[in-house]
Amino acid sequence: MDLTYTEEERDFRARLREWLGKTLPELPARPSPDDWPGRRAYDLGWQRRLHDAGYAGLHWPVDAGGRGATPTQHLIFLEETERAGAPYVGANFVGLLHAGPTIAAEGTAGQRARWLPPVLRGDEVWCQGFSEPGAGSDLASLRTRAVRDGDAYVVTGSKIWTSHAEVADWCELLVRTDPQAPKHRGISWLAMPMDAPGITVRPLRTLAGSAEFAEVFLDEVRIPVANRVGEENDGWRVTMVTLSFERGTAFVGEVVACRRTLALLARTAKANGRWDDPVLRRTLGRLNGEFGALWRLTQWNVSEAQRSGGVPGTGGSVFKLAYSHARQELYDAAAEVLGADSLSLEEEWTLDRLSSLSYTIAAGTSQIQRNIVAERILGLPKGR
Amino acid sequence: MDFQPTQDQRDLRAGVRDLLAGRYGREALRASVDAGGALDRDLWRELGGAGLFALRLPEERGGVGLGLPEAVLVFEEAGRALLPGPLVATHLAAGAVPGAAEGTAVVTAFDLDGPLVAHLGDADAVLGEDPLPAGTPVRSADPLTPLWRAEPAGGAQVDAYREEGALLTAALQVGSALRTVELAVRYAGEREQFGQPIGAFQAVKHLCADMLVRAEVARTAVYAAAVTADGAEVAAAKLLADEAALRGARDCLQVHGGMGFTWEADVHLHLKRAWVRARQWGTAARAEEFLAERLLEEAVVP
Ligand SMILES: Cc1cc2nc3c(=O)[nH]c(=O)nc-3n(C[C@H](O)[C@H](O)[C@H](O)COP(=O)(O)OP(=O)(O)OC[C@H]3O[C@@H](n4cnc5c(N)ncnc54)[C@H](O)[C@@H]3O)c2cc1C
Repeated sequence: MDLTYTEEERDFRARLREWLGKTLPELPARPSPDDWPGRRAYDLGWQRRLHDAGYAGLHWPVDAGGRGATPTQHLIFLEETERAGAPYVGANFVGLLHAGPTIAAEGTAGQRARWLPPVLRGDEVWCQGFSEPGAGSDLASLRTRAVRDGDAYVVTGSKIWTSHAEVADWCELLVRTDPQAPKHRGISWLAMPMDAPGITVRPLRTLAGSAEFAEVFLDEVRIPVANRVGEENDGWRVTMVTLSFERGTAFVGEVVACRRTLALLARTAKANGRWDDPVLRRTLGRLNGEFGALWRLTQWNVSEAQRSGGVPGTGGSVFKLAYSHARQELYDAAAEVLGADSLSLEEEWTLDRLSSLSYTIAAGTSQIQRNIVAERILGLPKGR
Repeated sequence: MDFQPTQDQRDLRAGVRDLLAGRYGREALRASVDAGGALDRDLWRELGGAGLFALRLPEERGGVGLGLPEAVLVFEEAGRALLPGPLVATHLAAGAVPGAAEGTAVVTAFDLDGPLVAHLGDADAVLGEDPLPAGTPVRSADPLTPLWRAEPAGGAQVDAYREEGALLTAALQVGSALRTVELAVRYAGEREQFGQPIGAFQAVKHLCADMLVRAEVARTAVYAAAVTADGAEVAAAKLLADEAALRGARDCLQVHGGMGFTWEADVHLHLKRAWVRARQWGTAARAEEFLAERLLEEAVVP
């Protein structure tokens, strides 16, 4: 058990830090949350800079255009970018963390050449069309139909909660290609161009007041058969490949950010007198312990992935369960520190508190994560 | 960076697990309960012979010369087996109290934040105390931790040992927490109600999943603290491990239903010992206050 970084890893960190120090001051001002075109341009601009500096697709395999970095280097990258206050992956989230790795693992040579470079270069944005109004936790019960017509699929149905749909160029779309097959068997994974005729995007407002996600209606949208990644009706397996990526490192930057927030909370409480409340003080102390441990758990999972050749383990569900709840407690504590000001939307911590509510829902609810931990890690029987 | 245990560390842990399974299995555990928690001196010497107490004593002083990371792996196993006795105090006394390293002496400590001391009747020494104080026996909630009321004579100097004591106790708690997950999962897979194993019911499944999450987070915290020996990490490790053990035992009891409330089931032994350990070498309140202060102290915001 060793928490020291190798010479090579320290070098990597130092060079990255230097680059960040030089690059971040050159970035344009951040757009407002409602300025969608502005956000797209900002996020893609950041990706372009990463690409030009050789940091794009750091953890992707080399033959997919990535840098083939070790999980530890990726960890360092995420830690340092967050520490320096660099932009978040933002609109590039699905392309870099979901669709890209899936295409890299399951796509043909042609598909990789077509879709991967634009993601890495910051030219194209992807979104994820998995959830449907009738298929959320029970994703495999999705109903959006794709009927073969010559060399195209004709797709009809609707998707929901699609993050960044408004500004996406492509959508990783799950469709039912065989309605007769058992529900996990008749699904296919398609890359859908978002400008195809028949697509309507209707933004949905979140409880935080902004439009982070959307409903996507599909009315006889023609998608070339060549856009299918993996075999027809084998989309569920392809999807599981997608979902298994990134778990170990999905929240690295956020854990770093939470620790910084916690220290700021303590200082703010000290300054405004709320520090004298022993209940609040002890809550902050406990959270300090928890986030410290979550950081160590991240290093643990990354070390495990490194030893097993980069394959993420099941530790991701354990981490997500603990982290999503700790994050909500953190911002509840922030509200205690702010007092009545916590009711004001002018406070950044209030917006963070609102957005933290999605953490126990998005990317698999806590209930579903507990099922995964109980059945796949602990081996408990499935319910009837 | 490679935070995973080395092969040597894995082997050490597996070796201790085997030793304890052979030497202190369920029958031995229940025999200690029947004996009112009196220590088995032969076992204590065997533990000494296996290096449990001398683990961190340098080789030139007759020890094994390993470090805190190895010690927490070994203590995790001791916690899993519910091994009784003042393991932590005797380990801390190795090299300072004659016979402690070899397991020929039993050393306890005033580590309970008060006038109670565990295993005084069996003890040859009390850490930092000379002579051995007199005490009156107190009926103990934990059948495997006999307690005495006694006054420290020389104002026992245990502060120097507090951090290591807390960390090793946390390791014991983690072992117990992981063990209660195993017990709960096994029972949930076997016991049937409404025509299916109770482990198929989500309410039960989710209890078990949360037990594992708490235990795993605590385990990583303990390992990290062993590697860094940083005060805040030690405090966090103790805090999280106490909670994992206490809530783990309670949830395990719940999964066992009426059976869990019996003397026959081992669950209460884990719960009661977890209560004892949560009082040893620093409480949750102390850890939280310490961790809160640390938030202000850090020179730069991380
Ligand atoms: C901010 C945000 C962004 C998102 N972005 C995307 C995106 O880009 N693309 C995309 O495809 N999806 C996205 N989602 C959707 C997300 O994956 C789903 O919301 C999530 O999987 C839950 O599905 P649901 O909303 O239909 O809830 P339901 O599945 O209807 O669940 C409702 C409640 O029932 C519980 N429940 C359901 N089934 C079980 C069960 N078997 N056992 C116990 N409890 C159960 C759930 O835990 C939950 O508490 C996003 C969601 C959010 C909040």
